[in-house]
Amino acid sequence: MAQQTILERLEILADAAKYDASCASSGTAKKNSLGGKGIGSTEGMGICHAYAPDGRCISLLKVLLTNHCIFDCHYCINRKSSNVRRARFTPQEVADLTLNFYRRNYIEGLFLSSGIIKSSNHTMEQMVEAARILREEYDFRGYIHLKTIPEADPELVRQAGFYADRVSINVELPTTSGLTRLAPDKDERQIEGAIAKTKSDIIEAKDARKRFRHAPRFAPAGQSTQMIVGADAASDADIVGKASRLYDNFRLRRVYYSAFSPIPDASAVLPLQRPPLLREHRLYQSDWLMRFYGYSSGEVQQVTEADGNLPLDIDPKLAWALKFRGTFPVDVNRAGKEMLLRVPGLGPAAVRRIIAARRHRTLRLDDVARVTQSIAKVRPFIEALDWRPSALTDRADLRSLLAPKSEQLELFG
Amino acid sequence: MMEAVLKAMPDGQHYTVRMPAADDFAFWREQARALIQCGVPPEGVSWSEPDGTGDLFASGGDALPQPPDGARAVRANKRFVSLARNAILHSEPERFAQLYLLLWKLQSNPRIVEDKTDPVVRRVEELDKSVRRDSHKMHAFVRFRLIETEDGAEHYVAWFEPDHHIVRANAGFFKRRFANMRWSILTPRGCLHWDGKIMREGPPAERSDAPDGDPVEQLWKSYYASTFNPARLKVGAMLSEMPKKYWKNMPEAALIPELIAGAQAREAQMVAAGEREVRVRPQTLSAMAQVLNNCRDCPIAECGTRAVMGEGSSRAPLMIIGEQPGDQEDLAGRPFVGPAGQLLDSALERAGIDRASAYVTNAVKHFKFVQKGKRRLHQTSTAKEIDTCRWWLESERAIVKPRIILALGASAARALLGKTVSLASARGKPILLDDETELWITAHPSYLLRLDGSAREEQAALFAADLTLVRTRLTQLAA
Repeated sequence: MAQQTILERLEILADAAKYDASCASSGTAKKNSLGGKGIGSTEGMGICHAYAPDGRCISLLKVLLTNHCIFDCHYCINRKSSNVRRARFTPQEVADLTLNFYRRNYIEGLFLSSGIIKSSNHTMEQMVEAARILREEYDFRGYIHLKTIPEADPELVRQAGFYADRVSINVELPTTSGLTRLAPDKDERQIEGAIAKTKSDIIEAKDARKRFRHAPRFAPAGQSTQMIVGADAASDADIVGKASRLYDNFRLRRVYYSAFSPIPDASAVLPLQRPPLLREHRLYQSDWLMRFYGYSSGEVQQVTEADGNLPLDIDPKLAWALKFRGTFPVDVNRAGKEMLLRVPGLGPAAVRRIIAARRHRTLRLDDVARVTQSIAKVRPFIEALDWRPSALTDRADLRSLLAPKSEQLELFG
Repeated sequence: MMEAVLKAMPDGQHYTVRMPAADDFAFWREQARALIQCGVPPEGVSWSEPDGTGDLFASGGDALPQPPDGARAVRANKRFVSLARNAILHSEPERFAQLYLLLWKLQSNPRIVEDKTDPVVRRVEELDKSVRRDSHKMHAFVRFRLIETEDGAEHYVAWFEPDHHIVRANAGFFKRRFANMRWSILTPRGCLHWDGKIMREGPPAERSDAPDGDPVEQLWKSYYASTFNPARLKVGAMLSEMPKKYWKNMPEAALIPELIAGAQAREAQMVAAGEREVRVRPQTLSAMAQVLNNCRDCPIAECGTRAVMGEGSSRAPLMIIGEQPGDQEDLAGRPFVGPAGQLLDSALERAGIDRASAYVTNAVKHFKFVQKGKRRLHQTSTAKEIDTCRWWLESERAIVKPRIILALGASAARALLGKTVSLASARGKPILLDDETELWITAHPSYLLRLDGSAREEQAALFAADLTLVRTRLTQLAA
């Protein structure tokens, strides 16, 4: 076979990497290239340098080092038995590509993952080498996210953390039986063991920095993971429970949910029907409820339907409010932050504004309207100086009144 | 005290402040401070852009008053200063007046900025927000192109069109990020030039002043196209974060229309390629036997005479699974009737297992072969073919619900485990499957047929030992 050009390999290895949902470049240590010899900065806020027509942000150069793989995970386009074109980069090529893109302000940095070639250790070494070249030889101070390999030597995984802003290991599937069926070469205990090890490395490095100012940073943007939704029989209740355990046990920054989507040369073991994209969206909303709105996983699970899944027609917060109507209306002039956050249509920013504003005046409905996106959604669930929802909260058809109307897609262009 | 000053002002006096630069916060602060000290109310002053626009009283106005000696200091909190410093970059001419109005109100209500329901606070926050968004989009969407200068050095040049007066305010961001690079950002609102040591500002530029290409853009565009997942088209989400007005200066955006147009077709193709007939799982073995022969999920279905259904009791405690039907099985329409079947039968008998009480089937239901003269030579099924046929095997498992499954050879093992295992390490011990069925793996009898002499004896002994283990286990479970 003729030697593939960089362009051809980039096409193959970017295509192969796109099923990883994460593209975050935020929340890492602040750094810049003043006084250095290289390039790059991270200033806390992530930057999305472009958006693809799938609505996803492009923040990082997300590629695989190689899509050759000795594993045979059924949901994965790169599995051993898949009939896709294969390619590989050298660590130096990855570093060069990252810098060429970074200098033109296309990206915030690199997200490097890989299929397993030869052995887990060999693959991990190659990935760490790409990060080392960037950091040490080019003094690159942008963002690096490395996917680490649970089966690799823990010392290699630890090195990855010293070069990377973020490391991640995918738990892949929400249930043990799903993992056994669809990722037969992977082992849940090994995956969670590696996540736990990274957690303790992060804590240890933070602790060292409290005592020694020059102690090296270790994955300052923390670790994250990803679960595939809809490829196995797991319900939303299972997924929410699993995510909550992961947040609690491993202090993960993020759990990503990736609705299983058709891949070229799909394995016959996969389900025939893809889950609706909306299901993934509802899971992200429930994730937000747990992380920013003070809901417990049990409370989110209370709104799942008979099949264990979240309703698709309304968001989980509205579903909770409709199910526990007795909790409402909430008095915007008296209620605490926790209760205000439970009002459908009020986010953390609106709640902050309401609490600040009511030090100045007793709020009327109009005042609330000024700090929220849509007063119509909020109105049935609050009380203000000049407003009581009367019978509205009790109406049996409230759900249909509040559920977004289904809309037709418009022609584009 | 301010009351006194206010009274001292002649009624109806009007002042105009002309800003020297659209983003000159320091100048605005000086003027605003003096005007408040003189008690000039918001309606008594108008503000104009450097080019004179925004001045509703084009006649100009009176010269600015001098603050009286001992005038009270003007107060402002940190939040106001940071808000005003950013909001003043907005291109809206009324921003100066809005900020002055807020500063004026702040003098009597020092915590007004907290009151998010106040209309002026809301307005200024909106200005601030759209400037922040514009700056953020500048950080994101500036695209540098490399040019070589006369001295052979690398110089990166970008063309960007901001909505607001944000260029100077964002010089620091690009300096910190590209500290050791030589770069210029050209915009219609002024330019920035950094040579690695000193930042220079230049007059407004035009698009034609910027370079029009860079070879790396080809790589970037192909990255953009490859990272896009056509199975998840969400054009609205893209447009809300990357409105069309930015597209003309982003090389990758030229691809968007064709990516969208091709997306549905690409997804349909992927789905079609993986498409199998959606069928209902048969509830009985006879129902399955009726439809099995129609299966065309993989190319092997076109080979051979027929699909070969398993045989045995639908309540058998033991399921024996081979690889695929061979030449004779294909002709007879029954599993394990050829030479391998005969070897299996005698081995089962020796181990004390009654074949008639077991359910015997194959991982793949069609015979895969190549024609060599008059002979049909067996071909091993691929992993994909085994995975495809797994649906049928799982249907049989769901109906028969055996306590023990005996997999003969690696293909059968794959059909149950989803991965290829090595026989040497997997044989001789049970593996618990999802549904609690015990899986035992051993060699395929046709493997024994291919061996000679001592190798065959050795393997036959192992095979017999595996069968004996299964028999023992069956007896235990039946007890």
